Amino acid sequence: MYTFSNKLRIGSFIAMGLGVIFLAIGFLSAPSTVEEAKAMVAAHDDGHGGGHAEEAVVNGEEQGHGAEVSHGEEHDASHDTHLLHQLQNRPWSALYVAAFFFFMIALGVLAFYAIQRAAQAGWSPLLFRVMEGITAYLIPGGIIVFVILLLSTMHMNHMFVWMDAETVAHDKLLQGKAGYLDSTFFLIRAAIFLGGWIFYRQHSRKLSLAQDESDDNSNFVKNFRWSAAFLVFYLISESMMSWDWIMSLDPHWFSTLFGWYLFASMFVSGITVIAMVTVYLKSKGYLEQVNNSHIHDLAKFMFGISIFWTYLWFSQFMLIWYANIPEEVTYYIARFQDYQLPFFGMLVLNFVFPLLVLMNSDYKRVNWFVIMTGVVVLFGHYLDIYNMVMPATVGDQWYIGFPEIGGILFFGGLFVYWVFTALTKAPLQPKRNPFIEESRHFHY
Amino acid sequence: MASKVIQALYNDDDVLMHAVKKVRAEHHHIEEVYTPFPVHGLDKAMGLADTRIAITSFLYGCLGLTVAIVMMNFIMIEDWPQDIGGKPSFSYIENMPAFVPIMFELTVFFAAHLMVITFYLRSRMWPFKKAENPDKRTTDDHFLMELGIHDNEQELADLLWETGAVEVKVTEKES
Repeated sequence: MYTFSNKLRIGSFIAMGLGVIFLAIGFLSAPSTVEEAKAMVAAHDDGHGGGHAEEAVVNGEEQGHGAEVSHGEEHDASHDTHLLHQLQNRPWSALYVAAFFFFMIALGVLAFYAIQRAAQAGWSPLLFRVMEGITAYLIPGGIIVFVILLLSTMHMNHMFVWMDAETVAHDKLLQGKAGYLDSTFFLIRAAIFLGGWIFYRQHSRKLSLAQDESDDNSNFVKNFRWSAAFLVFYLISESMMSWDWIMSLDPHWFSTLFGWYLFASMFVSGITVIAMVTVYLKSKGYLEQVNNSHIHDLAKFMFGISIFWTYLWFSQFMLIWYANIPEEVTYYIARFQDYQLPFFGMLVLNFVFPLLVLMNSDYKRVNWFVIMTGVVVLFGHYLDIYNMVMPATVGDQWYIGFPEIGGILFFGGLFVYWVFTALTKAPLQPKRNPFIEESRHFHY
Repeated sequence: MASKVIQALYNDDDVLMHAVKKVRAEHHHIEEVYTPFPVHGLDKAMGLADTRIAITSFLYGCLGLTVAIVMMNFIMIEDWPQDIGGKPSFSYIENMPAFVPIMFELTVFFAAHLMVITFYLRSRMWPFKKAENPDKRTTDDHFLMELGIHDNEQELADLLWETGAVEVKVTEKES
């Protein structure tokens, strides 16, 4: 049995505490009036903000012919409200990105776990308890994401523009999508997805523990069937979740492979966390039976899925870039113009770095190497989610400051606390899994 | 120059693996093992140095990538400038996304083909070459271990029989 080390527990509490403070600073420093918002932008970035302002002045002069003056002023006022909403959105978006990122790790691990079960993989049963520990975070993580979505539908923030009746009234495209992008239906769908995932996780965990005490393989077989059925449900629900929770932030834009793209991101993050938790537990003297071939396999998955992610990222980008249709290409224009560093930095962190670092077979067996690469890959995929959410919600008013770091600290701390508490609940090595012997002798 | 070698045949890969480990433990040098299929872990048991073909593969991949870039730049930008996707920038870097599939494919093509050719050359294999196989049964269901004899024929034969060989023979080998 694993005992949660005090150092780690205290570390996770400190992270959560700091996270709450940073998030509070983020929420409190958000402007509440248009004047405050304008003052903030003027004071904040003299650099590119200044250029932007001058441009606006030039435009104003051009428009300032007689009758059009009033129109220009009206336009400026709506622009200012928009700016206010963007600045108010920032702490919310930072909270949402971090909440979703850590939730997505647990969900990615759940998919990986279900695949191992459904494929009846022989190498991985030694790692099942680690995976079950990580997926325990689905419950708090899922509830927090749901609450954020619920608060969004209650107009606590302006992240999802389609929730705003005023905007929809002036937007033909959104009126066409109103049947699907409807607040109540949106919440019902979210509840069904989360309910299905959490149900499978709890049920599979129960069967997994029951298998340890049973004298036949019936629990194992049941788990196999549930996992296969879950994968069907998961692939559909995950895809729809990606449209609902992420893609609908840009409600005019759509991409048909968005579900896959998000899946690749959560899958590689999940596998990375499995590898990191396994290496950590091994360094503390647990999981003696896990050898460096298991680590090697996990690192191969990190390498392979990183490239798979890049493939999907590029497939999505290239078609839109090539066709150059205005309503599609705006999505990337926003990222190319205002998000150059996080957008291209993410490509380096998520593709070039793992490609070069994890290519060598021997490096994949070196524990500290896997941990260091894992940290970089996780940061890269945080940035990936950041790039999916922020351009739609805060526009060019992005920054990685208190609310963003606070979100990472709070949810990271909660994740560590919850996962390692779950790991103490059951022996780390399954006793009666029919493939445990194969897993123990796994070597390559 | 012909050298005298002793050859032992086995009919099971597990027995072969144990035999290889035992012969190595007795500090005899195994010249070669012939098997009908790749035996997992045999290279480590025989103490063979790690293959360096992965390094050549990486270098060939880099070469393929370079060839793709130079080739596409010449064809699509310099020699006959093309308007790609309605963006007549005539710059390689601005049209790069259109070339990525070609860059990828040529990287893989060069890495794969040149790696196979390197492997054949390094293994001294070419078309119409006479097979070096000492016993036809190693292409079917037998495994053959070959050791050089240095005035210890009887000692080696005893050892090989002991390791579970189904047949032990001494032959002259051209080299």
